[in-house]
Amino acid sequence: MKKLSARRRHPLAALVVLLFALATTGGLYAAFAPTSSAQADTSQSLSVEQGKKLFQVGCSSCHGLSGEGTKDGPTLVGVGGAAVDFQVGTGRMPAQQPGPQIPSKKVIYSQAQIDQLAAYISTLGAGPSIPTANQYAAGNVAAGGELFRTNCAQCHNFAGSGGALSEGKYAPTLEGVSSKHIYEAMLTGPQNMPAFPDTTMPQQQKQDIIAFIQHTTNPSKNPNYGGLTLGSLGPVTEGLFGWIFALGALIGIAIWIAARTPKAKKS
Amino acid sequence: MTSQDNMSEEHLPEAVGPHGGAVAVHDDPFADPGLPPHEPRRTDIDERAAARAERQVARWFILSMIATVGFIASYVAIKPSNGDGTTGVIYIFTLGHISALNFALGTTLGISLFGIGAGAVHWARTLMSDEEHIAERHPIESTPEVRAQVFADFRQGAAESGFGRRKLIRNTMIGAMAMLPLSAIVLFRDLGPLPEKKLDTTDWSAGKQLINMNTNEPLQPSDITVGSLTFAMPPGLNPDDPNADPTFQEVIATSALLLVRMEPSDIKDAKSASWGYDGILAFSKICTHVGCPISLYEQQTHHVLCPCHQSTFDLSDGGRVIFGPAGHPLPQLQITVNADGNLAAVRDFTQPVGPGFWERS
Repeated sequence: MKKLSARRRHPLAALVVLLFALATTGGLYAAFAPTSSAQADTSQSLSVEQGKKLFQVGCSSCHGLSGEGTKDGPTLVGVGGAAVDFQVGTGRMPAQQPGPQIPSKKVIYSQAQIDQLAAYISTLGAGPSIPTANQYAAGNVAAGGELFRTNCAQCHNFAGSGGALSEGKYAPTLEGVSSKHIYEAMLTGPQNMPAFPDTTMPQQQKQDIIAFIQHTTNPSKNPNYGGLTLGSLGPVTEGLFGWIFALGALIGIAIWIAARTPKAKKS
Repeated sequence: MTSQDNMSEEHLPEAVGPHGGAVAVHDDPFADPGLPPHEPRRTDIDERAAARAERQVARWFILSMIATVGFIASYVAIKPSNGDGTTGVIYIFTLGHISALNFALGTTLGISLFGIGAGAVHWARTLMSDEEHIAERHPIESTPEVRAQVFADFRQGAAESGFGRRKLIRNTMIGAMAMLPLSAIVLFRDLGPLPEKKLDTTDWSAGKQLINMNTNEPLQPSDITVGSLTFAMPPGLNPDDPNADPTFQEVIATSALLLVRMEPSDIKDAKSASWGYDGILAFSKICTHVGCPISLYEQQTHHVLCPCHQSTFDLSDGGRVIFGPAGHPLPQLQITVNADGNLAAVRDFTQPVGPGFWERS
């Protein structure tokens, strides 16, 4: 003990104390905090109960304690389970920070937890429920192409690679998005995307669009016959590539042509 | 000696020695230093180096020949890829899955063209003469004698024609020349009919139902939920087979509609709200800048963005332009619900849709 007090003015003493304090608090919290990984339950009322708990821990700071919405997040009354499954299942929610658009990131809830959250949100008000697998089964690719170009291509680009919107918002790429999430996005209209309800775009048409997207954005099904696509983003990347790489190569060749040839004698 | 001989000799470039004729005057700091002394290249003095350079040039040309043979061979041998990408597709790193035939044709043609170019440049740089010569320009102005002669001839011609003295001839000739282009204007005027009122009107008129472009069915207010986006067209069109109806493209180019629904309390413009039905607003889909179809609708901000030049319209505020080059708000179609419960137009657009034009106020 004497040794320890003798070293209390050591330059690293403060650091050691800080690390010790942090480790103690963290350890105690880990030991006593209630476990948040809830088990999936078959009972509907239990999953609503679990979903409510998850909601209050993870979502209520922005969406309000009972999903009524605050200035940081919209109300979740009436958005339905499909919206929850899309937002949480693609990692958009819980949001990391406010901004023009919440990007998709690593999914942090398990599907069982997402289902519990969806069950809870569905009790707040009627809304579209999570679709079943036969609802988003792939339809007719050709018909889907027509519908995609009428309804989706303006923002998501003719090849589904996304594009810019106003003030930092953007339409994300559709490559690698699961059929279920595409279906839910069309049904619920997440964030600034407008909704395409079954009344104006029947379920069969949504299935056709899903088939088209899954075909078009899959390079092994829809190869790039012309070679390098540069992201299928249209004239901006193509022009940039032409100006920087093609013109750069031409300038390099021009310099080589005009360069002085080596002389027999060093001057 | 004829004058022709005289001219040609006079305009020949001045003969200058291979190392530049001008000798620098030492007391002039800005004097033309002339060309640097010519240094021979290795290929100029070493016959073996020259022979090696010759072989290098030949190698480029032979590579080009091989690539051309490869081009023809791959055109004959490689099958084009079929539509579903199951045959004739290869994976190339950085390029992804691409057509084997296109890749082979592009690569071989590129090599054969580059081989000719590279061979020619290498030839010029190593074997062709690299001695620089100066050819001085002759003055552009003619000699004083020729100039004096031309002026004298012109004055004599003007005096003999009487152009300055006989004013009647001069004035009637100017009049005839000025009248002549009128005949062209008459012909141009007759090339086609005037647009008349075509640009001011669309296919919409009182009572026409709004038809959903996806389902080809009339729309009811309950079909359109808040935050949704729907595209509508006038009745009587068949979008599944546009070729069957030759007027389809013409009608859709002016009459395409963008239907959105927002909470009535979100609509800032009272007139715009009254022209809709319970928060359902129908706007022209044609940008008022240069007529691009616009439908990049953000349902939370109610902004619609034009992909061509980023004109942005606020649909909650009567289609007002909030950004970009568009000069007019997006025209709104006044809609109501008819006896069948379907959405229908009250009348045509009250202002021309699409970009501005000459007579547009």
